[in-house]
Amino acid sequence: MTLPSALPNALPSVLADNPRLDRWLNFAAAGKVELATGRVELGQGVLTAMTQIAAEELDVAFERIIIRSGDTDRTPNEGYTAGSQSMQAGGIALRAACAESRTLFLEEAARRLGCAAAELVVRDGRILRNGAATQFDYWSLAASVNLAREATGTAARKPVADYTIVGRNAARVDLPAKLFGKATFVHDMAIEGMSHARVVRQPNRGATLGAIDEAAIRRAARGPISFLRDGNFLAIVGDDETAVEAAATAAAAHATWRGVEQSSGLQQEANWLLQRPSINRTIGAPPSDSRRGLQSYEAVYTRGHLAHASIAPSCALALYRDGHLTVWTHCQGVYPLRAALSRMLKLEASAISVRHVQGPGCYGHNGADDAAADAAVIAVRLPGRPIRVRWRRQEEFAFEPVSPAMVVKVRATLDTAGHPVDWTTEIWSGTHQGRPGGGAMLLAAEALPDPPPVPAPIDVPEAAGGGATRNGEPLYDFAAKRIIHHLVPEVPRRTSALRSLGAMPNVFALESFIDELAERAQQDPIAYRLARLSDPRARRVIERAAAMANWNETERRADRDQAHRAKGVGFAQYKNRAAYAAVIVELEVEESIRLLHAWCAADAGLVVNPDAVINQLEGGIIQSASWVLKEQVRFDTASGGPIDWETYPVLRFSEVPEIAIDLVASDSDTPLGVGEATAGPTAAAIGNAASRALGIRMRDLPLTRERIMARLLA
Amino acid sequence: MPQTVAFTLNGRAVNVTAPHDDTPLLDVLRNQLRLTGTRFGCGLEQCGCCIVLIDGKPVKSCGRAIASVAGRSVTTVEGLGTPEKPHPLQQAFLEEQAGQCGYCLSGILISAKALLDRDPSPSRAEIARALDDNICRCGAHNRILRAVEKAAARLREGARP
Repeated sequence: MTLPSALPNALPSVLADNPRLDRWLNFAAAGKVELATGRVELGQGVLTAMTQIAAEELDVAFERIIIRSGDTDRTPNEGYTAGSQSMQAGGIALRAACAESRTLFLEEAARRLGCAAAELVVRDGRILRNGAATQFDYWSLAASVNLAREATGTAARKPVADYTIVGRNAARVDLPAKLFGKATFVHDMAIEGMSHARVVRQPNRGATLGAIDEAAIRRAARGPISFLRDGNFLAIVGDDETAVEAAATAAAAHATWRGVEQSSGLQQEANWLLQRPSINRTIGAPPSDSRRGLQSYEAVYTRGHLAHASIAPSCALALYRDGHLTVWTHCQGVYPLRAALSRMLKLEASAISVRHVQGPGCYGHNGADDAAADAAVIAVRLPGRPIRVRWRRQEEFAFEPVSPAMVVKVRATLDTAGHPVDWTTEIWSGTHQGRPGGGAMLLAAEALPDPPPVPAPIDVPEAAGGGATRNGEPLYDFAAKRIIHHLVPEVPRRTSALRSLGAMPNVFALESFIDELAERAQQDPIAYRLARLSDPRARRVIERAAAMANWNETERRADRDQAHRAKGVGFAQYKNRAAYAAVIVELEVEESIRLLHAWCAADAGLVVNPDAVINQLEGGIIQSASWVLKEQVRFDTASGGPIDWETYPVLRFSEVPEIAIDLVASDSDTPLGVGEATAGPTAAAIGNAASRALGIRMRDLPLTRERIMARLLA
Repeated sequence: MPQTVAFTLNGRAVNVTAPHDDTPLLDVLRNQLRLTGTRFGCGLEQCGCCIVLIDGKPVKSCGRAIASVAGRSVTTVEGLGTPEKPHPLQQAFLEEQAGQCGYCLSGILISAKALLDRDPSPSRAEIARALDDNICRCGAHNRILRAVEKAAARLREGARP
């Protein structure tokens, strides 16, 4: 199951896709460097990190850099800002582009000075010869250095040992505006002459719109509104947002739909997947049933559907003028969205500009793309009029794609010493890939006449880290490992990517199972892991986390006095190729779980902005804790699904544990993605701790009070 | 019917004419007065993104009728401080890098101000409880708690004679 790695010294793949150097940077403005990245700010600090990388490699002050991001007119195409790839793929591409540009400038200066390039260095954009100033700097040479050329990847990079900007904390460039209430988010944008719009959503693909009581909706609006209908796409448009919102809220009761599908409470549980038709495949070691006489052991773990539950519903603006459509969106991929809009609207991609503007944290594929599609559909039908669509809270909960429920069955054959010699992870899941770039999968497209066909069921390929199979392979030294993947095409809700995709349920299952094996072997869970893990970086993070948490010492005390207090551990290397993270949690269980502490040690390779990395790891721990303790998209509620923060509760301030994070030093010159690294280990650590505290193995998420009580009473 | 309401906003007298007396204060702030620092999160008084101070008390402005603020004093995040002269809370949030996407921060800053105005020495648990009305989905909670503790300490220092 090993994946091909990039050849040494090869052009980073993102740079190979966008080889023109002037797509990445220019020196057109005096004293400034204009930088372009295809990655977008999601609150993870990517703009700050990219600025650090460029400042370092170009040898200019951080403050000289002006960064643009996510704009189909002006930035490289880097696909989606997702999968913890921004540094690992995008950052190294930018670094290579900057290194090569710097080399070109030094060569030009050397030619003019009649010296060897090796005699020259750059200091804050100025070119020095043997330490003394020359008349040249980036800006004076800009006219004679042509960056409209393709990168070769041959330029020498700055040695990591010489870094003075990368590897040090930099204050996030996006944060001040957010603290002083400046217009920051696409939600805050206003364009002269702008109208507000809301969509009366088609309840599901195939549902058809019948009669609409327009008069009743107008009465509810208490202000001027108009209706825009095309097929099963119905929008309400007006100049006063309050009126439009009131109309949209009332509209559900005044529009009739045929062919509405209801999801049942049965479908909300992951085990429902086991009865469904699926597309099956096996990856990894061949089946091996020949080990007669050896003991085998298996356990089944489940997790329900999860919502992204962004803090605010999605929003977008669109303007169609003179045959050109401009869309402002907080989606994760402006180029893929442009391609999907082009297909839906039958407009050339060159007639569409998609611009990223920040939004509420998304953690994956939420309603952002669909809101952008809504705005675009309305805008092209109302030329010249800027259209702002903001989804309603209940709309985001009811219509955003969810992370699919998963069943993970783990089976191990143990040798006579109790060591697993053959390991199978068997996974049932809906797809984690429902992004619009993979097909015209936009809600508006489904509602318009002539909807696109239902896309063929696919999941994220293993080459991209896998979807349901992500982290399905344990990193431990077991002789034979395989994954059996059952992709279930028909599931009750549209599903797509949420932070860490299948890695959270898979790592929960794998690391719970490892604990179960350790219990059977009557060994300490950390000692058991270390005895089966030869990767030194993996060992280091586990050992470090154990030291941070005083693992052994507190265990003894817990055994003696604190029957319902326990610690648990979880470990993974994200995608088996990004950051390593070990998480230990300590919790108390009465009827429900109270988290007390979390300790995390991570190896993120070359760290660009340590504080931002810690922020991401910490955020991942808290979000995963929220998933594990509280979250499930339920269909058995009065509303038929979550519609608000009462039907979809998340962790609140009082419920968050104390968290300590250590970055384990690495001599690697490659950054490893961290945004999703703690999701799986945290889930496993909580599961293992709760199981120890209760004395009952908890294999089904979320670990709600109801579930704990049911297990205790069973 | 249209309703003209006079109130004090961030220390200055304002007069607004809203379409109805029950138009939400949040809509008036964002759309009429173009003060977009106060965010829309749910419109259901559940998430805290839209919290403002009304006569010093934290209120979810999405559920507050404009007519009810007549003659009152409203403070939004724009009234806290400026980059040149930040409020101690804003300064502490910057120092602690307390936030990720930042969408929740306006409401959290206002909730924290209301708390510190009422109780200059809250414990960490009391700060957390005061912020339970605010949802942060990115997981910046502990940084935010540290920042509020830091600001509280600074404000106490400053208040000493």
